[in-house]
Amino acid sequence: MSKQVSTEIDPKIAEAARHAPKPGMDNIIEMNGVNKWFGQFHVLRDINLKVKQGERIVVCGPSGSGKSTLIRCINRLEEHQAGQIVVDGIELTNDVKKVETIRREVGMVFQHFNLFPHLTVLQNCTLGPIWVQKRPQREAEETARKYLERVRIPEQANKYPGQLSGGQQQRVAIARSLCMNPRVMLFDEPTSALDPEMIKEVLDVMVGLASTGMTMLVVTHEMGFARTVADRVIFMDEGQIVEENTPEPFFSNPQHERTKLFLSQIL
Amino acid sequence: MSFVANDYKPEQPPPRKESGALGWARANLFNSWFNTALTLLALYFLIETVPPLIRWLFIDAVWGLVGPDVCREADGACWSFIRLKYRQILFGTYPFDQQWRPLIAMILIVSVALLSCIRRFWQPWMVGVWIATLFIYITLLGGGVFGLRPVRTELWGGLPLTLMLAFVGIAVAFPISVLLALGRRSDMPIIKAICVGYIELIRGVPLITLLFMASFMLPLFMPSGVSIDAVLRAQVAIIVFVSSYLAEVIRGGLQALPKGQYEAAHTLGLSYWQMQRKIILPQALTISIPPIVNTYLGLFKDTSLVAIISLTDLLLATRQSFADPEWRRFFVEAYIFVALIYWVFCYYMSKYSQYLERVLNTGHKR
Ligand SMILES: Nc1ncnc2c1ncn2[C@@H]1O[C@H](COP(=O)(O)OP(=O)(O)O)[C@@H](O)[C@H]1O
Ligand SMILES: [Mg+2]
Repeated sequence: MSKQVSTEIDPKIAEAARHAPKPGMDNIIEMNGVNKWFGQFHVLRDINLKVKQGERIVVCGPSGSGKSTLIRCINRLEEHQAGQIVVDGIELTNDVKKVETIRREVGMVFQHFNLFPHLTVLQNCTLGPIWVQKRPQREAEETARKYLERVRIPEQANKYPGQLSGGQQQRVAIARSLCMNPRVMLFDEPTSALDPEMIKEVLDVMVGLASTGMTMLVVTHEMGFARTVADRVIFMDEGQIVEENTPEPFFSNPQHERTKLFLSQIL
Repeated sequence: MSFVANDYKPEQPPPRKESGALGWARANLFNSWFNTALTLLALYFLIETVPPLIRWLFIDAVWGLVGPDVCREADGACWSFIRLKYRQILFGTYPFDQQWRPLIAMILIVSVALLSCIRRFWQPWMVGVWIATLFIYITLLGGGVFGLRPVRTELWGGLPLTLMLAFVGIAVAFPISVLLALGRRSDMPIIKAICVGYIELIRGVPLITLLFMASFMLPLFMPSGVSIDAVLRAQVAIIVFVSSYLAEVIRGGLQALPKGQYEAAHTLGLSYWQMQRKIILPQALTISIPPIVNTYLGLFKDTSLVAIISLTDLLLATRQSFADPEWRRFFVEAYIFVALIYWVFCYYMSKYSQYLERVLNTGHKR
């Protein structure tokens, strides 16, 4: 007998997310006419995207459509070649100081967690605060324990990442980002490397985070998550933003053929 | 009716065939006709060689403090030769009545090295301890202060010289090679070109050539009147040589790290050097421990090449010890003795590296 694993979001958490603070008026991220090439390959085409403070955006689209590249441009893990990206009023250029400033404001969670395997969970979480923000160790550890509590693994603080399950590792990765007090959180398919029974624990944490009013850009195919928390869903294909809308009309009444095809494949 | 046993059954020994030494031998040594043949062959070989060797080394050996003629009569090894000449082997040409100085120096440096192996002492101040140790070491050997008689470096020899070349080589080559490895992977074209050029140039040349160049060609380019000490020149040649090899070993470790580690470090806003120090190097160096130690073992034994520029290292001192025609035939004993010394140091390094690998592995390689 195969076990049916539910990735339904916990209703209580979902309810809290619905009462999250409404997005503000200021744009925290602005992308104007962004283009990017990998050699000859045109991976991002004329991307225009504005994200308001506190807004939660889900990005979906077929594999290879440029979703990862899009969000990686926001903290300059990738460089764009044309157009303008402004994060929190700072334009991204080659200026290393500006890049480091923006990276301090923007947290990122990866598909493969990318925890530091030679450091304990607690050290993973305090590294940034201590070395980048120059906070005292005691204070950094207190903050770290607070966020480990928030992602529901306070008891794992002194273990090494290699001793945790995938779901636990991803929650540590989220806590590690939060310890930097970011203004924006980027998620690149945070649940797609996880076994089904672990997806829910990570999604619950993310929904919980959404209800605190954090600005979130989430690349994911978890449509339950999109319906619950997203203010906007963006569909990308072949490096372009094909369609964007609030979740309800996006799922029930997609406009473009490519969106319809994609939704029919994943739903 | 009940199927649950309610009486206690005592544990039974495992079936005899699979247990004990006999079972083990059956499973591992005689499990096929080919393995059986190999086992018998190996046994025959051991019976033929080991007992005579033990007889020669210990039973028939001459242990007393006697002359060469007694040794010639005996069938076994002549350890009397080592008892007579060990100071010459250990200290080479160093003035006989001053040999307590290198002895203290060696005890000091080996103790500091052993202390540095303890994890609790991996602190920044250990660098200071090492600098002080080397300073005391060189002062003890060289003298000229605190009423110590000056001893020219040409007279330094034996194990103290070998240890100095090795320890200083290990300590100084390490940071240089880390910088070379990082430089080779740098985005800055000039730095990268310098590092690649250095590594490829030096790796393509035998150590002997470097030693020759350092000792015979370098003085040609020096302004007249300025001369660099012979030991120093050999030391520099060794450092230059080893650092190019070590740089490649460390680069291998750097390349083995997944890109995600760099990305996560960037994402936290760490600067380049913070990222290297806290994230990249600790992992890359841990992965590279076996090849790093391999390089160091090579360095330790390669110090014997300084003999060709007339420095009396441990091996040359050994050769000089049986130069005396009376004792010439006992070179085997001399080589066994000195091999044992090299082996003790190398074996310890190798064991320590295995220990390091174990304690630094935080369970991600499961
Ligand atoms: N570093 C790179 N060099 C060359 N091509 C790349 C690189 N990274 C991604 N690509 C290509 O760019 C396209 C978009 O990649 P990505 O943004 O990862 O897509 P998605 O996340 O939507 O699956 C893919 O076709 C991929 O092969
Ligand atoms: Mg992707």
